[in-house]
Amino acid sequence: MKRLVLKNALIIDSVRHREFKGDILIENCKIKKVAEEIEINDREETRTIDLEGKVVTPGMIDMHVHLREPGEENKETIATGTKAAAYGGFTAVACMPNTYPAADNEATIELIKRRAEEAGNCRVLPVGCLTKERQGEIMAEYGFLKDAGVVALSDDGNGVMNSEVMRHCMEYATLYDLPVLSHCEDENLAEGGQIHEGYYSTILGLQGIPAAAEEIMIARDIALAELTGARLHICHISTKGGVELVRRAKEKGLKVTAEAAPHHFSLSDQETASYNTATKVNPPLRSEEHIQAVIAGLKDGTIDVIASDHAPHSREEKEVEYPFAPFGISGVETCLAVSLHYLYHTGKLSLRQLVEKFTTGPASVLGINIAGIEEGSLAHLTVFDPELVKAVNLKNWHSLGQNTPYAGKNLKGWPVMTIVGGKITAESLT
Amino acid sequence: MGIKTKDLLGLKNISKEEIELILNTAESMEEIIYRDVKKLPTLRGKSVVSLFYEPSTRTRSSFELAGKYLGADTMNMGVSSSSVKKGETLIDTGRTLDAMGIDMVVIRHPAAGAPKLLGENIKARVINAGDGYHEHPTQALLDMYTMRKKFGELQGLTVAIIGDILHSRVVRSNIWGLTKMGAEVIVCGPPTLLPADIAATGVRVVTSFEDALRDADVIMMLRIQLERQQKGLFPSKREYAKMYGLNKETLSLAKKDAMVMHPGPINRGVEISPEVYESVQSVIDEQVTAGVAVRMALLYLMMGSDFEDEKASS
Ligand SMILES: [Zn+2]
Repeated sequence: MKRLVLKNALIIDSVRHREFKGDILIENCKIKKVAEEIEINDREETRTIDLEGKVVTPGMIDMHVHLREPGEENKETIATGTKAAAYGGFTAVACMPNTYPAADNEATIELIKRRAEEAGNCRVLPVGCLTKERQGEIMAEYGFLKDAGVVALSDDGNGVMNSEVMRHCMEYATLYDLPVLSHCEDENLAEGGQIHEGYYSTILGLQGIPAAAEEIMIARDIALAELTGARLHICHISTKGGVELVRRAKEKGLKVTAEAAPHHFSLSDQETASYNTATKVNPPLRSEEHIQAVIAGLKDGTIDVIASDHAPHSREEKEVEYPFAPFGISGVETCLAVSLHYLYHTGKLSLRQLVEKFTTGPASVLGINIAGIEEGSLAHLTVFDPELVKAVNLKNWHSLGQNTPYAGKNLKGWPVMTIVGGKITAESLT
Repeated sequence: MGIKTKDLLGLKNISKEEIELILNTAESMEEIIYRDVKKLPTLRGKSVVSLFYEPSTRTRSSFELAGKYLGADTMNMGVSSSSVKKGETLIDTGRTLDAMGIDMVVIRHPAAGAPKLLGENIKARVINAGDGYHEHPTQALLDMYTMRKKFGELQGLTVAIIGDILHSRVVRSNIWGLTKMGAEVIVCGPPTLLPADIAATGVRVVTSFEDALRDADVIMMLRIQLERQQKGLFPSKREYAKMYGLNKETLSLAKKDAMVMHPGPINRGVEISPEVYESVQSVIDEQVTAGVAVRMALLYLMMGSDFEDEKASS
């Protein structure tokens, strides 16, 4: 097939700030033409797809996924994780460095890039470690990591507890202009905790994780961002106090950004009452007031990005007593759908705002250029159907991690096609 | 009528009528305990396994006796607490017990929610004998039985529970059970040992021991564990005993006929003084007898008849 013609789509080009109905011609990996109507006479070499009622956007980025490879291929591999991402509507993912070995060296970064290329499902933007072996003690070699292709630095899964170490990491990161993605959790305050501290932790008899455990570290990291001038990005923000701290930091003009995961604006800690280990995630599902604060943050721009914090685990690991199960939700496949369902269809965000959280938002945090939907640019495109209602079905699941609290739930709004470099890597048009 | 759900996981999701049924049945069971020959053929041919992942002498022997008095075959599967994480998974253990044709499993487990996980993966009925800090329904039932025996009814009683509320499954089961039966519950302890939002369960929360004692018909003292001090939740045993210890002087602040309870085992001289333990107001030994009666009632009600949600749960 030489050409692909997408017809009658609603094109939301968040990069060029425009929105219109029209056709897109893709040829040789690139967008050849964008117009109100494109007619191709050479039917032989052309696939024409009618996208009436569907939305086409610049390729979406999930900037927080755990692909688990190398080291934990029983949970996920780069091939399965990127396939799940493509079916989730993403043309690119940023993968966290808590692999085994940790991605604190060029060889591991090279391996990740090679595997991603072999799989060919979506682009993979590796994140390098903030400290060696993620021990929170000695800074990793940011220069070599940057040369190897990392887009950011993080010890995600853990924070850096020692403030002096964090200060120097942030200072040194400015040398390479790399953003620091911070997992904000006071480990002493959170130790032993299973779910959000509140009514449900009390009646379920599970140890709580207070909101303050997150808020304290966000406050510290913002203070360090001010001290060092580093680009600070708060991962998976989940608390009212945390959102307020980021809002103030932005008002002050600091280089602080934040992301929220879909489960932190769609599910409350009430879900944990089932003791279903798919609800066990860190930071934990919070109470209603925190959910509302996260939504308000997304609305007013305090939170720049929606990212899944895709954390797949094997069945054996999750089918145990709640306190023994690992933290994490396999979320990359439902990330966009949950966002459309809980933010767009509830009137909290416009379609345009929502698209920005997945495109220009993450691109600007990571400092990468993404192309608009215009002639001559590489064809990385996401197509979704905002009105499609479908249940989350583990039979049609691509991630090895089936640990989703959304299983069986009906969601309105789903990705239907993902195009990476002109090639369709996921398609579920009916 | 019996217990409606397949498993007895706690008192939160059980009705007032079911609680009354259990307590009434326990009354007839208590008579059996005082007989010379206790063995009844009621549950002959039925098998009960106790699966204790935490050390316990009191609750386990209470269940075993209850089963034996009713003629059931009781078996104790010894599982050391260290093997909880390593060995066979709870789901596989359930599968094994089903394959053996067991009718009832009594489980104690350090992880909250473990009895629910087992219950969802086993055909046998499950009784929770204490899971983490979640619930300990049979303890609360025996507490309520003891209270009802003395006061005639639970409606209108004021029950003050004092001590480590945060780490107590006994408290949680008592809160659900007692409030359902129309009693008022006061929980009292230092702020470090009070769980978040506990007031939302419908209890009164106080930190002053004196305030808790003043209106109480029942004073329930909880065991304080040394490891809570090591974790920095209170400064010393000495200070704890001074602030929240029940002795002759503090007991005099309560109503004259207030009943003194303790789920045991007791730290003599810490949460309760020896004189109070041995006083006429103390029903701590009666609680033990009530424990056997209540567990007999439960085994009888749950093994003697079917449950209503059998289809839904299979
Ligand atoms: Zn994290």
